[in-house]
Amino acid sequence: MSTILIIEQVLNGLQSGVMLFLMAAGLTLIFGVMGLINLAHGSLYMVGAFAAAAVAGLTGSFVLALIAALAAAALAGAVIETLVIRRLYDSDHLDQVLATFALILIFSEGTRWVFGSFPLFLDIPDALSGPVTLPGGIEYPLYRLALIVAGLLVGVGLWVLIERTRIGIQIRAGENDREMIAALGVDISRLYTLVFALGAALAGLAGALVGAIQSVQVGMGEPVLILAFVVIVIGGIGSIKGAFIGALLVGLTDTLVGIFLPEVLKLFMDAAPATSAGSAIASMSIYILMSLVLIWRPSGLFGARI
Amino acid sequence: MKTLILATAAAALAAGSAVADVKVGMITTLSGGGASLGIDTRDGFMLAIEAAGRDDIEVVIEDDQRKPDIAVQLADKMIQSEKVDVLTGIVWSNLAMAVVPATTAQGLFYLSTNAAPAQLAGKGCNANYFAISYQNDNLHEGAGAYAAKEGFKNTFIMAPNYPAGHDSLNGFKRYYEGDLAGEVFTKLGQTDYAAEIAQIRASGADSVFFFLPGGMGISFLKQYADSGVDLPVVGPAFSFDQGILQAVGEAALGVKNSSTWSKDLDNAANTAFVADFQQKYDRLPSIYAAQGFDTANLLLSAMDKADVNDDAAFADALKSADFASVRGTFSFAANNHPVQNVYVREVIKEGDIYTNKIVGTALESHANAYVDECKM
Repeated sequence: MSTILIIEQVLNGLQSGVMLFLMAAGLTLIFGVMGLINLAHGSLYMVGAFAAAAVAGLTGSFVLALIAALAAAALAGAVIETLVIRRLYDSDHLDQVLATFALILIFSEGTRWVFGSFPLFLDIPDALSGPVTLPGGIEYPLYRLALIVAGLLVGVGLWVLIERTRIGIQIRAGENDREMIAALGVDISRLYTLVFALGAALAGLAGALVGAIQSVQVGMGEPVLILAFVVIVIGGIGSIKGAFIGALLVGLTDTLVGIFLPEVLKLFMDAAPATSAGSAIASMSIYILMSLVLIWRPSGLFGARI
Repeated sequence: MKTLILATAAAALAAGSAVADVKVGMITTLSGGGASLGIDTRDGFMLAIEAAGRDDIEVVIEDDQRKPDIAVQLADKMIQSEKVDVLTGIVWSNLAMAVVPATTAQGLFYLSTNAAPAQLAGKGCNANYFAISYQNDNLHEGAGAYAAKEGFKNTFIMAPNYPAGHDSLNGFKRYYEGDLAGEVFTKLGQTDYAAEIAQIRASGADSVFFFLPGGMGISFLKQYADSGVDLPVVGPAFSFDQGILQAVGEAALGVKNSSTWSKDLDNAANTAFVADFQQKYDRLPSIYAAQGFDTANLLLSAMDKADVNDDAAFADALKSADFASVRGTFSFAANNHPVQNVYVREVIKEGDIYTNKIVGTALESHANAYVDECKM
């Protein structure tokens, strides 16, 4: 087990963490501001990936593809907020779960109608393809480094937006006391649509960025959605900072435990059972992490204290 | 729930003279993840049924959504209220395990167009159960034999951590002769393989074998191609199928994969099948379509020889495999699983389309490892 391998795996964990953050940020914003559980967030991730694949296929430009992903997901988000979600703010969580689950089915079958059931092709841009050699002789794919940078930039952008702008003040105020900011003359329904579209755009961006190295297919968003929920539970629901720390924790735990646990078990077990048992336990690792965090802090790392 | 009742020979039906002698229930995956496999199975099967133009067969098609519980409900409904004689079409082994034993126990026939788990080939074999596709281990055994033939000495092997994944690596090891640089079980449905690729890089392997069906394989191949690791890659046909290759693109070029069928297999039945399929559906057929097509033709051939209500005679008629398979020579081993060649294919680009061509034969007239365990 060389140092190079460990560093490479840490980079892999960071990369999957920052992409998870893009998903989790939108989810936690929407929950924090509107109190809405949005199961359809994974569908917006899929919308972003499909829009990017379609535009990249037509124009060959990755930049246009990313713009299309952002626009399509934000538009889809704004449309479902206006048509469906808006009616659910006062309902209990069960109604929200039912309605947004229905949206998953509608988005999945709708996407199949438009694009067919075969996976689409979306490749990384030529300028970012292939590996680069990092200091210390580590060969690492350039595109994954770009993903880490892009994720961190979005994180900084979100922080500026929320901490330093007027919209951000309204969003934070909305988390604390909806009725009060409505009474102060803020157009609350416009704010909600905006927050929803922003969250959707982040999910769409993640879908397009990750779609280039994975497969763009119907149902691609749901596994990520589950991880994103784990992230916001660990980070504390409603907290962007919590989502960021939680995403990195989940990304790193998932990657590192999956690789190193079988190796550790091999020290005192036969190779075959060690591999099987290691893989099985590794796939539970993030849930174990979540339980431990919840035992220690029942409302998550940065959640409001109960 | 979509219920399609497709009666063939519409003209005959219109004349009111049709009496459906054999009723087939097809349960396959037509929505959700993996729908492309079920759609190809259905289209291949129906191509043969429609080409036959007979009025003594009727096919009922239902969507299992890749869920075992739904497959079981559909099977019950088809057996009890539709009164089908033959069930077919299931793509996934876990669904097959939920449906097949109950079907054959009720005296019906089950013809597998794809899934053929070890349990149903060995101790759980049944005179009314036929796998027309392969036995699940076959393609992995073919990949192992190819790796041995190529002289790979230190292969890194990888599959998802579920029963078919374990069967896959066991099948590979059954025919592979070198050492293993590493053996890794990934999560089922995993989409990011950066960690595994780093392990491959660090392991000193001289080649990679992987079994990652569907979207998992697309993700792995794209990430592998971008990683700068350029060891030869071998896998079973599942990640190099016609429907998947276009999504992998250039990353798959040159990769070797094992398959029992390929669109360039040189026999009259296959040439006609590929042309007819393309003409009817405007796309190239996949191995699932080929298996569906063969299954329908086998069934039709048995109907010419025996009455479906006479179990023993109909089973004999099926077992004689008296039909023109798109895979060329085809017969059944004692446990009702195919004896056939396993080929090595290479991914190539024809015009704008990524596809496969045969470059060799890994195993000739190959049966399976479970024949002796089957007591019928």
